[in-house]
Amino acid sequence: MSAWRFFVEHRSEILGATADHLTLVVIAMAFAIAIAVPLGMLIVHRPTLRKFALVLASIFQTIPSLALFGFLIPIPFIGGIGRRTAIVALVLYALLPILRNTYVGLAGIDPAVLEAAEAMGMTNSQILWRVRLPLARAVILAGIRTATIITIGVATIAAAIGAGGLGTFIFRGVAMVSDAVILAGAIPAALLAIAADLVLGWVERRLKIA
Amino acid sequence: MDAASSASIHEKFDGRDRVNYYVRSRSRRVSILMSQKTVLEKPDPTIQFQNVTYSINGTVRHKIVSEIQLSVDSGQTLVLLGRSGSGKTTLLKLINRLLVPTTGRVVVRERSTTEWDAIQLRRGIGYVIQDAGLFPHFTVAQNVALVPSLENWDAARTTARVNELLALIGLEPAQFASRKPHELSGGQRQRVGVARALAADPPILLMDEPFGALDPVTRAELQREFSALAKRLSKTIVFVTHDLREALLLASRIILLEKGRVVADATPHEFPSMNHPEVRAFTASLTPLPGVQA
Repeated sequence: MSAWRFFVEHRSEILGATADHLTLVVIAMAFAIAIAVPLGMLIVHRPTLRKFALVLASIFQTIPSLALFGFLIPIPFIGGIGRRTAIVALVLYALLPILRNTYVGLAGIDPAVLEAAEAMGMTNSQILWRVRLPLARAVILAGIRTATIITIGVATIAAAIGAGGLGTFIFRGVAMVSDAVILAGAIPAALLAIAADLVLGWVERRLKIA
Repeated sequence: MDAASSASIHEKFDGRDRVNYYVRSRSRRVSILMSQKTVLEKPDPTIQFQNVTYSINGTVRHKIVSEIQLSVDSGQTLVLLGRSGSGKTTLLKLINRLLVPTTGRVVVRERSTTEWDAIQLRRGIGYVIQDAGLFPHFTVAQNVALVPSLENWDAARTTARVNELLALIGLEPAQFASRKPHELSGGQRQRVGVARALAADPPILLMDEPFGALDPVTRAELQREFSALAKRLSKTIVFVTHDLREALLLASRIILLEKGRVVADATPHEFPSMNHPEVRAFTASLTPLPGVQA
């Protein structure tokens, strides 16, 4: 069976899986951003916590993704078979790039700018919201962009624990030894990643301060 | 209160009939100020260092400045001169409480810096630093309007003030107000830095080598303009530099620092003929131009 014919015959199924895949990624990214950005802000002035948080996030990222999904299954509340477990794993994977970039972006601001801000009588929260975050946002977004692309790829493996998405085709294709079925999962996943990269890259350039 | 009785106030003359008061005890300042007011005839100096020592982490071994005794009068342009590491920037930062003395007190506008609310203290003190420290994501107008925006001025008043200040520092508002700092030359950025410091009309201006990073021609230009500006503004200015030429041009009084201590205190007129070795080291740095006959 040619890949093209398979695509045409299963187009609604493929579109549905793509939508599931995207939902998985968007939910995981929302959680990852909500955790990693505030944590990144917190560790700027706390060296001990910084080391701990960055090491922990790095460790999550070194665990092979299939193994991480497997580890999570027996854990109560967050584990089990299905989408929730997959989202937990994806969040853990996405933390590091966002956390690291938030920290680097906030810590890398010209000290003269921060000294001036403090000396002009800005409060710490004014410095954070009006100076640090606006100056760091392009770097933070670069981290979010990297994390999104990683998450789109890793989410294909989530099908192994019954989370659905484009990985379903890939695993089915491997089992059937059918290139066409594998491509039905792989091509949309690749296109999603490229689209996310382009869109977030565009936003990132808009946020850059020349 | 027993604080009043424990405050021992000493008078001494510093050689030019300037009366200095200092307080040895670290008792409550209210009582000190009250006792001072009864003694002083002219108004309190705007800034006073009362036996100030600052050391990193409060350890005795790492003293940056030691036992500083200094009064800055209202309207004076005081230049803190010294080599790198002599403690001049530290003294400056003690004034707006970017640093807090390890021992002794810094009194600004009749209140010890530790008793001021740091934010309120700093809003009343303009601050200009070497790299200007302009906010790169703000336009020139937004940078100048920083303190007015923190103080919630209305838009009309802010715009009027920004235009007034840009005109004052020689940057045409129509041409420059909406530019970003990266679209300016080094000299223009430094001018904006001065305008930003002046925005809310603070009575005190602190300047930390503001012209240090500029090319020599631009630097001389800004020094001349600033000298004229300072005379018109009648602000109390504390100016840090390592350039004797700049000190002689701008100062109404020069304090020379060496290893965290005051080693000379003189007018620009008196300064070059003083006999302290560090003064001579500085005057020797003013070598004539190569090829120019003495």
